[in-house]
Amino acid sequence: MDLITLAEVTGSLSAVGYGLAAIGPGVGVGIIFGKAIEATARQPELGGRIQTLMWLGFGLVEFLALLGFIAGFIFR
Amino acid sequence: MAGVAELMGTTGVALAAEFHVPQIDEFLPPEIIFAGTPFAMNRIVMVRLIATAVMLLVFGITAARAKLIPGRWQGAVEWLIEFVQNNIVYEVMGELRGKRYVPMITTLFLTIMVFNLCGIIPFANMSANATFVMPLLFAVWTFVQYWRAAIREKGLLAYLKEELLPEGVPIPVYIILAPMQLIDIVLIRPASLAIRLFANMVAGHLIVALCFAATQFFLIESHNMMAGFGVLTLAGGFIMTLFEAFVAALQAFIFATLSCVYINLSYPEEA
Repeated sequence: MDLITLAEVTGSLSAVGYGLAAIGPGVGVGIIFGKAIEATARQPELGGRIQTLMWLGFGLVEFLALLGFIAGFIFR
Repeated sequence: MAGVAELMGTTGVALAAEFHVPQIDEFLPPEIIFAGTPFAMNRIVMVRLIATAVMLLVFGITAARAKLIPGRWQGAVEWLIEFVQNNIVYEVMGELRGKRYVPMITTLFLTIMVFNLCGIIPFANMSANATFVMPLLFAVWTFVQYWRAAIREKGLLAYLKEELLPEGVPIPVYIILAPMQLIDIVLIRPASLAIRLFANMVAGHLIVALCFAATQFFLIESHNMMAGFGVLTLAGGFIMTLFEAFVAALQAFIFATLSCVYINLSYPEEA
């Protein structure tokens, strides 16, 4: 090993990239479900409405993680 | 676990054979009948056709032999249908509005669940939703339904105005908001439905394949101290198969619920 190459990475960096990219949506989905549970506990009579909004937000946030999956097919 | 397997495969001591990690390029099974014609079918298409036929037969026979006092099997089917009706459709849309969508959502839910469960049935071993076309078809169905509902209940222009230019927003914000909302209702909603189902099925299949490929490698191909890992990955394969069964039902539920939510958004806000 010469001085220039101090660290070398072999294998697919895109897998690491996808792992990093999945952190954001992971946190987001957690917040959405947690807040929905909290809100339902505070206002149980609004449960149906809250659940609708929860699924809507979940769909949007999870799409970000799924874009990473699709990127694997597109940018090879 | 897979990471450990790969690490051992590349750095382990004097392994008999190179560990072959299943790749995404090898995902599609080869064509088995009518190869070379436009009707060429691989295993996934076969699974689709057989699953559809079996489903139609089973539910058709159940419906034809339905009795006033349900037996055990009829009770189970009725429980499933009532779950979709009460816990998915009526929960999101309410009984009045949801009534006309119960058949559609029930069809979506049951079809997606049976197709997904094909992934863990021996000799099928592949979810029928594991290529993009089938989830896309379901998503397009939902897409058509929520646009139809919007045009019927609000009118096309009123719907677009409400979605693209919602009230109570400062006017300059519309420049950003309107295109985003347009992309959302035209592209992101159906695309996310389809991609979510597809991605879950592909990923699940690959994980199970990886576990069993590692087992094959550790237990059979390489004769050294690594056999313990083979037992571990074998157990992992079975656990992942069970997890796949759970994911199959969960994805069907999420798809059906989100379809209801999207259709419900096309209706006027209830006072």
